[in-house]
Amino acid sequence: MAKVKSLADLRRMKEELQSKMDLREKSNDPESLVQIKVAMATCGIASGAKEVMEFLIEETAKRGIKTIVTQTGCMGYCYAEPTIEVKVPGKEPIVFGDVDIKKADQIVEKYIKNGELVDGIIPVNYKTLD
Amino acid sequence: MEKYKMHILVCGGTGCRASASEAIQNNLQDAIAAKGLEDEVQVVMTGCFGFCEKGPIVKILPDNTFYVEVKPEDAEELIEEHIIKGRKVMRLLYVDPENKEVISDSKHMGFYKKQIRIALRNCGFINPENVDEYIARDGYAALGKCLAEMTPQTVIDEIKESGLRGRGGGGFPTGLKWEFAAKNEADQKYVVCNADEGDPGAFMDRSILEGDPHSVLEAMAICGYTMGADKGLIYIRAEYPLAITRLKVAIKQAREYGLLGNDILGSGFNFDVEMRYGAGAFVCGEETALIHSMEGLRGEPTVKPPFPAESGYNGKPTNVNNVETFANIPVIINKGANWFNKIGSEKAKGTKVFALAGKINNVGLIEVPMGTTLREVIYEIGGGIKDGKKFKAVQTGGPSGGCLTEKHLDTPIDFDNLIAVGSMMGSGGMIVMDEDDCMVSMAKFYLEFTVEESCGKCTPCRIGNKRLHEILHKITLGEGTKEDLDLLRNLSTVIKDTSLCGLGQTSPNPVLSTLDNFYDEYISHVEDHKCAAGQCKALMQYVIDPELCVGCTLCSRNCPVDCISGERKEAHLIDTSKCIKCGACMEKCKFNAISIQ
Ligand SMILES: Cc1cc2nc3c(=O)[nH]c(=O)nc-3n(C[C@H](O)[C@H](O)[C@H](O)COP(=O)(O)O)c2cc1C
Ligand code: SF4
Ligand code: SF4
Ligand code: SF4
Ligand code: FES
Ligand code: FES
Repeated sequence: MAKVKSLADLRRMKEELQSKMDLREKSNDPESLVQIKVAMATCGIASGAKEVMEFLIEETAKRGIKTIVTQTGCMGYCYAEPTIEVKVPGKEPIVFGDVDIKKADQIVEKYIKNGELVDGIIPVNYKTLD
Repeated sequence: MEKYKMHILVCGGTGCRASASEAIQNNLQDAIAAKGLEDEVQVVMTGCFGFCEKGPIVKILPDNTFYVEVKPEDAEELIEEHIIKGRKVMRLLYVDPENKEVISDSKHMGFYKKQIRIALRNCGFINPENVDEYIARDGYAALGKCLAEMTPQTVIDEIKESGLRGRGGGGFPTGLKWEFAAKNEADQKYVVCNADEGDPGAFMDRSILEGDPHSVLEAMAICGYTMGADKGLIYIRAEYPLAITRLKVAIKQAREYGLLGNDILGSGFNFDVEMRYGAGAFVCGEETALIHSMEGLRGEPTVKPPFPAESGYNGKPTNVNNVETFANIPVIINKGANWFNKIGSEKAKGTKVFALAGKINNVGLIEVPMGTTLREVIYEIGGGIKDGKKFKAVQTGGPSGGCLTEKHLDTPIDFDNLIAVGSMMGSGGMIVMDEDDCMVSMAKFYLEFTVEESCGKCTPCRIGNKRLHEILHKITLGEGTKEDLDLLRNLSTVIKDTSLCGLGQTSPNPVLSTLDNFYDEYISHVEDHKCAAGQCKALMQYVIDPELCVGCTLCSRNCPVDCISGERKEAHLIDTSKCIKCGACMEKCKFNAISIQ
């Protein structure tokens, strides 16, 4: 291990190390963040949910949106996989269907950033995904 | 670089390790490897979550799922179900004892809701054996700030302003103590961390050292900077092997980064820490005894003054602080005295860590703001009394604290309030008792401890406590008199007034507080020879109810001393003068005819 030589050094180190702890810090206060759940059951994975999830994690981070992305089990919308549920603080959760990378990009840009609605909303017929 | 999508925190505190958390960690790692998820899921061994009762604890992030009583065999299912399929493993979730509701997020558990974690901020959150995780959470930033941007006096002023008072029991203002040590000039000074933690049942300090050792090292260095000491010593009992290991790892890592050693962060300030081991004597937690023990002398207290700040270890100015006191320091420096002194009550700022034990649903380690009431702690955080029994008393302050009752439940907890009602804060032990606990036996139990632990230097403590214990023992045998109660009170006062150190000055507290709060119970022991709680065996009598007895003879055939008489099909009778109270008859009777009175 190299020595930390000054306070500035230490602060720089902290900045670098922080990203590794980001996920833990965020889960301390999830209600204040955008929460996205990606359906990751058999049909979801088959239709590309994994790629969508990775895209969401990376892009929200890049665009500076504090987000927690988690996976859930089957949401019951096999016909519209991949499906994701987006909960913006202070709003009701919304479920989007047939989310590919392009759609995911729209959801981040339009719905999450600007609060505009995006096609593909599935009427909610469930209570909670937990 | 790996970009983990999920973190699995496995509790690596002493409690959970004893129930196989290491095997859980290994099995999780294997299951993750088998699925090829090494780059996506990180497994982290943390310090204690405080909820040891339901350990081993496994927490999965970012969705904050809190799994309890996890076994090594569960690892595969957790990975397969939760990590891969995103389905919670219901059978491992916590069930609220009151309303039987399943709670998956620890933030919704009554146990955590009222807690504010300052001293325990990193326990159950970071890997204590990885200095990088500590640094990522502002670790050593406070030390850096002190060295680069503050003078020793401004640091002391900040601590004074914060209102922080010692968490080792005395509640002495920490900033003031530092100032005394700073003012005494000497060629060598020392910073000592008191990690003796001798109270039976207490594990606050151990958990901090196991879960966040760097916070104590950082604070010791800050203290060294303020007083001009370049040497720190941690006095820890040898019975704390895991805490010792974690401290050693932390010291090594801090030295490698140059956060301990010479010219820390290029400031020219030198500070290093060494360990000293105690053999586990309660009195060695007293600061002068602790210093003598470190010097290789007998662990006996000496008269103050001189205070350690003038003449401590090797006769040099020494500042002694408790583990928890130190753990608060970096946060105060980082967030400011004004952030800290808004938490807590009028006369006591910040939080206090307590070890909840006894007849309470949620046994464990908690941290609450000063001024929280006993009722909130016992009922909201502690989840109430076990098995729906009735609350009787709560003992605070360790072996020499007092027993408080129903009428004290709304007392806001702080140093002064607890003393005002005849108990004390001590280091933070809190033992809850229910209707089945006998207060005389309880006082006797604590006296047994102090008699054992008295160093014997002063007569009132050495002999007086022994006499107290004898009298209490006599009362539990039903041989006490009313005069004995007065004797107990007088003797207690003498011991308190004439003992040299805090041990003798407080050891009669359990006697006095039970006399004050449960006088009736003493009276029924000495006058009616009854123990309502059914704890004093000598006062119990096995009695057969002639109404219920059908004369089956089963009891008399099982009595080892043949003291049950009676004809077949007629009510039986126990000769209580011969009965040895073994309980065999009661166990055998199928008609519930035998009871204890
Ligand atoms: C009998 C006895 C036992 C003590 N045991 C401890 C102990 O285990 N840990 C501790 O920190 N302080 C203990 N103390 C208090 C110490 O003497 C001292 O006041 C304390 O370490 C100072 O630190 P603080 O100001 O940070 O609380 C004990 C005191 C007495 C009289
Ligand atoms: S009060 Fe008791 S423990 Fe303290 S010095 Fe005297 S004999 Fe020793
Ligand atoms: S308690 Fe034991 S000794 Fe007493 S009467 Fe019953 S069986 Fe006999
Ligand atoms: S066992 Fe019970 S019912 Fe039978 S003789 Fe004894 S007391 Fe009576
Ligand atoms: S498996 Fe995906 S909706 Fe059923
Ligand atoms: S040791 Fe695991 S919760 Fe305390």
